[in-house]
Amino acid sequence: MSELFPMIAQSAISRRRGKVLIGPVDLTLEGHGITIVIGPNGAGKTSLLRMLHGIARLNEGSIVWACDQEEARQRQAFVFQSPVMLRRSVRDNLAYPLRLIGETRAEAGKLAEGMAEKVGLTYALSRPATVLSGGERQKLALGRALIRSPDVLFLDEPCASLDGPAMRDVETILKNAANDGTRLIMSTHDMGQARRLATEVLFLLGGKIHEQGDAAQFFEQPKTAMANAFLNGDIVE
Amino acid sequence: MADIWDGLSQAWLLLIGLDPDLVEIILRSLHVTLTALVIASAIALPLGALLAVRRFRIRRLTIAVLNALMGLPPVVVGLIVYICLSRSGPFGVFGLLFTPTAMTIAQVIIIVPLIASIAHQALRELWSDYHDLLISLNTTHFQRMMALLWDGRRALLTASLAGFGRAIGEVGAIMVVGGNIDHHTRVLTTAIALETGKGDFALALALGFVLIGMAIAVNLTIHWLTQTEQEGRW
Repeated sequence: MSELFPMIAQSAISRRRGKVLIGPVDLTLEGHGITIVIGPNGAGKTSLLRMLHGIARLNEGSIVWACDQEEARQRQAFVFQSPVMLRRSVRDNLAYPLRLIGETRAEAGKLAEGMAEKVGLTYALSRPATVLSGGERQKLALGRALIRSPDVLFLDEPCASLDGPAMRDVETILKNAANDGTRLIMSTHDMGQARRLATEVLFLLGGKIHEQGDAAQFFEQPKTAMANAFLNGDIVE
Repeated sequence: MADIWDGLSQAWLLLIGLDPDLVEIILRSLHVTLTALVIASAIALPLGALLAVRRFRIRRLTIAVLNALMGLPPVVVGLIVYICLSRSGPFGVFGLLFTPTAMTIAQVIIIVPLIASIAHQALRELWSDYHDLLISLNTTHFQRMMALLWDGRRALLTASLAGFGRAIGEVGAIMVVGGNIDHHTRVLTTAIALETGKGDFALALALGFVLIGMAIAVNLTIHWLTQTEQEGRW
């Protein structure tokens, strides 16, 4: 398997019905760490993640991974803010990405049980996914995204509606995934979570990357006045 | 009112007496309709899924035409199938006119648009839920359709049962292409039409009650087999 990184985005723009959602974006991502995408509402955090992953159409510019682009898509996963539950059991939800790439039902089921243990859902394996609580759903979505051991995992505010214990569980799963070598790119509104997890920060404003840099440096001494105002809790637009 | 009571008691007598003619008609009705249902579902359900996941040039037109064809007049379908299957028609060489196969063909044509439209409505909702996830998982169109068909199977069951309901109660088209020939193409609905024409309302009603009971029994059996109402199921 060839190396996926660096990923280079050049003047990348995504539009919807003629309106620019995000861009132009010039960005280089290296293959390690946790990148946290922050910014006010409507800054384009979700659109950036969707464009990088390929769910949102790239209308202008380019996004190039270091390996074959089709292979790059296969080695990525995405966790949505509102987790999408297939109308199946937890086991079948976890096994689904494996079944798509040709794993046998038995093998996929076995790996699904292993992943359920990792994300703390062993007790719910036979339950329909649609009856899970918000925290359980997000854990299931994480497990399903991680089961193919992706090189890159995009997460769109995965803890947006979770309570404290559920958020702690999710963060533990994310840290373990990062330690296992998965590159995480995640948006969040929660500055505490950003400080806890980030090794790199992308600060978005008005659909563009306003500031990018090392997390410790960004939180201590942001380079721009807007980023400073945002961190101080001021309204920025 | 007396006719209704007569009909009910006669239906009961026919059933407990296992009248051979009645049993033959019931079995033929089931054979023709269930065969049509299986064939129509095999065409219409994937078509509904395809219309939900694929965007192509004439998609909207196809959906509009399917919706319009839900109200297809059965007699017209019967007439067209009759012309196609008659000796001088394009498929006359197969000798299918006035056979149960011809009746099945007519029923398939009548219920495909109905099942496909209801299936499309149900799967469109599901597709809006699944869209981002299945795109993210880099699935093929075929895999997306399969996911929708499997996860939407209970809604699709309703679509198929609607098709069954329309087919089992159909009389116009199968009268035209089947001919209502005794011991050959006579089914419950054509027998009811015949007895009504003869003025034997009690027997016609009896056959009607049998038809209603059979439709309910088939629906209950399918629900029971697929366990739609069990707790925790979808």
